Amino acid sequence: MDNTRRKFLKIAGAAALAGIGAPALVKLNSTAAFASSEPAAGHGSAAGGHGEVVAATGVRLGMVVDMRKFAETPEMLDAAIAACYKVHNIPHFPDRKNEIKWIWKAPYANVFPEQEVLHKSEMAKSKPFAVLCNHCDNPSCVKACPTKATFVQPENGIVAMDFHRCIGCRFCMAACPYGARSFNWQDPRPFITSYNPDFPTRMRGVVEKCNFCGERLALGLEPACVEACQGSGAMVFGDLNDPDSEIRKVLDKEFTIQRNPAAGTRPSVYYIV
Amino acid sequence: MYNKGTIIPGLVIFIVFVTFPLWYNGLNAGTVPKPDLPIGQKECVAPAAEMRDNHMKLLNEWRDAVLREDDRVMVKVGGKEYRKGLQMACMQCHNDKEKFCDSCHTYAAVQPTCWDCHLTPKEAASKKETH
Amino acid sequence: MIEKVLKGKSTYWTWLAVLGTFIAIGAICYIRQYKFGLGLTGMSRDVSWGLYISQFTFLVGVAAGGLMLVLPYYVHDYKAFGRITILGEFLAISALIMCLMFIMADLGQPLRGLNVIFFATPHSMLFWDMCVLWGYLILNCLCGWVILTAERKQVHPPKWIYIFVYISIPFAVSIHTVTAMLYCGLPGRHFWLSAIIAPRFLASAFAAGPSLIVLACLVMRRFANFDAGKEAIQKLTTIIMYAAIINTFFFLLEFFVGYYSEMPGHIHSLEYLFFGLEHDGHVYNNLVPFMWTATAFSFTGLGILFYMKIAKVFDYRLVGIAAALIFFSLWADKGLGFVFGGFVPNPLNEVMEYIPTANEIGITLGIWATGFFILTLLYKIAVGVEHEIEA
Repeated sequence: MDNTRRKFLKIAGAAALAGIGAPALVKLNSTAAFASSEPAAGHGSAAGGHGEVVAATGVRLGMVVDMRKFAETPEMLDAAIAACYKVHNIPHFPDRKNEIKWIWKAPYANVFPEQEVLHKSEMAKSKPFAVLCNHCDNPSCVKACPTKATFVQPENGIVAMDFHRCIGCRFCMAACPYGARSFNWQDPRPFITSYNPDFPTRMRGVVEKCNFCGERLALGLEPACVEACQGSGAMVFGDLNDPDSEIRKVLDKEFTIQRNPAAGTRPSVYYIV
Repeated sequence: MYNKGTIIPGLVIFIVFVTFPLWYNGLNAGTVPKPDLPIGQKECVAPAAEMRDNHMKLLNEWRDAVLREDDRVMVKVGGKEYRKGLQMACMQCHNDKEKFCDSCHTYAAVQPTCWDCHLTPKEAASKKETH
Repeated sequence: MIEKVLKGKSTYWTWLAVLGTFIAIGAICYIRQYKFGLGLTGMSRDVSWGLYISQFTFLVGVAAGGLMLVLPYYVHDYKAFGRITILGEFLAISALIMCLMFIMADLGQPLRGLNVIFFATPHSMLFWDMCVLWGYLILNCLCGWVILTAERKQVHPPKWIYIFVYISIPFAVSIHTVTAMLYCGLPGRHFWLSAIIAPRFLASAFAAGPSLIVLACLVMRRFANFDAGKEAIQKLTTIIMYAAIINTFFFLLEFFVGYYSEMPGHIHSLEYLFFGLEHDGHVYNNLVPFMWTATAFSFTGLGILFYMKIAKVFDYRLVGIAAALIFFSLWADKGLGFVFGGFVPNPLNEVMEYIPTANEIGITLGIWATGFFILTLLYKIAVGVEHEIEA
């Protein structure tokens, strides 16, 4: 191969990369797992304006679960779970097969199986961890859904469900790397202990999960679980894209971990262990 | 015409079968239902005629606005604000599903699935929290 | 041609009556499920897909397997398959109808099924699966019918139909590739997250589909006076043999990756399927007998085929046994182990086993019976046309 031709191919290849490959490359750079909350301003221009720039102004809601606080007052976690169940008309099924879970308790080893170690701290060994939907930035459930019944709300980053549209194929349940989704195998109403008249129940045959209390946020309220923690800081909720928010201050100060970051879904829930 | 003996009776049977609902009910559409209107509330989100024709479309619009477009702007009726939605707005006034919604739906033989999930005030009260 | 299904011997009617009984049972079971919800199945929050989706996955393979007849006949002009290529196309039709029925049976809200079209979502693999399955079904109906009609009139099929025949070839590959993509693109499921899933699905499909055709040919040779020809059957056994070997090879590669790398996520499902997975002092192993039976059947079936090739013997009974063994092993591998194994352990490293309920098995058998019912009718037509030409 002569020199000029090789040069030409090189240039052509680089151009093709910049033109076609750039969006994917830029996305990967700008939003790596742990930097998932960072707005990607600046990265896009480096690749010649081809990048998909995440708006710095967009709201991206997230949560920090401070396990130290929950370890001090374990009943607070129970209160948070109870609050969620009450507000959202979640049924209590006696058997594991039918369980509907929005926020629940599980040991460290189950919540962080990829980060399981032999010699754990006392907390990781014995305390139950809060588990809920991660409201990922790149949710695999949304990718899988064939009807857009589950989708990311562009206004706040919540991974929401439209129960009216769900066909019950359960592809999202197979796709979620966090086991955050539940299916109504039968009519849930007989298993609901008390109704919240401000929220619907679900019908059989649809998938459900934590909605970050979208309906409460609209009224200016905090999520029910956060409210149940009564300002203890066990659950901090806020805009991950706002550098002055309380949640960002906590994240700047404390070392946090996330569930299965290797899945590339970029969760919005952080844990202080 | 070939097979006259089978075609004509066949057609007659077919016509009788297709018109079964008409003559079974004695060519009478029955009494037109009169849904119970809320007492003391004269206004609705739209004039009655429009609501009669398009309430289902409005509900779908509200559903998409609230769930998908994050548009939860309240609706104002008679000086009072309501959250968009069947449970949050409509049924605050039209609080009796049987006497309001069902009266027409039964007459028109439509079975909306709204109440598979949404609670009527009566249902919501049936399982109240007991302290 | 349809009138051919209305005349048959008593064995034909008895067979249809048996299938009809299973269809009726399946229908009753489905009505029960429709009224109560999927809670009547053994599926759970942890194993959220069960028999329906696993049968669907396997049957997509059976449908794609028809390619092993279409390709040699139409592309390589392999004349020996002349009489049986139509069987491949008709098998694809009935297998695809079963697939679509299994998907409908699995939906929590079947009445909303059309939402997949109303709110078409190209980033969902399920959307593409719907497209290719329907596409392949229509192509097979079209090609099968037009070519059989031409055959009956003893004229050459119209030229335009070959365009669709050639399109159906990549379509056959695509249906199973896209079905594999339902699984292998999910980040949280190690057992499925493997680039070899699609090739393995295809290899297994190219053994399972022809196995079923061989079995059907043997049955029809005995009961319907239809002889596919020794050469055609021999060639099919060769195809089955190579495809099954490739499938086994791919599967063993999964074993190597898991057990040599010793990455927990890559081992767990294999451990569960073949040895039982210990978890909190309890060993979960309800699929182990199936998987080892499948392994034994697979190697025995392959052994019989090797023997026949090496010793240069040909015996219809041996062919039948080998095809049945291989078909069962591939069914257990893909129609049970692949789907159920992928859910164990769940993303929270917990184990929940799946045991189908009687109602669920009733629906499953009902759908299989429906497929075989349709297959019987289609094959009756195909064989009837053959007999008509010979007469």
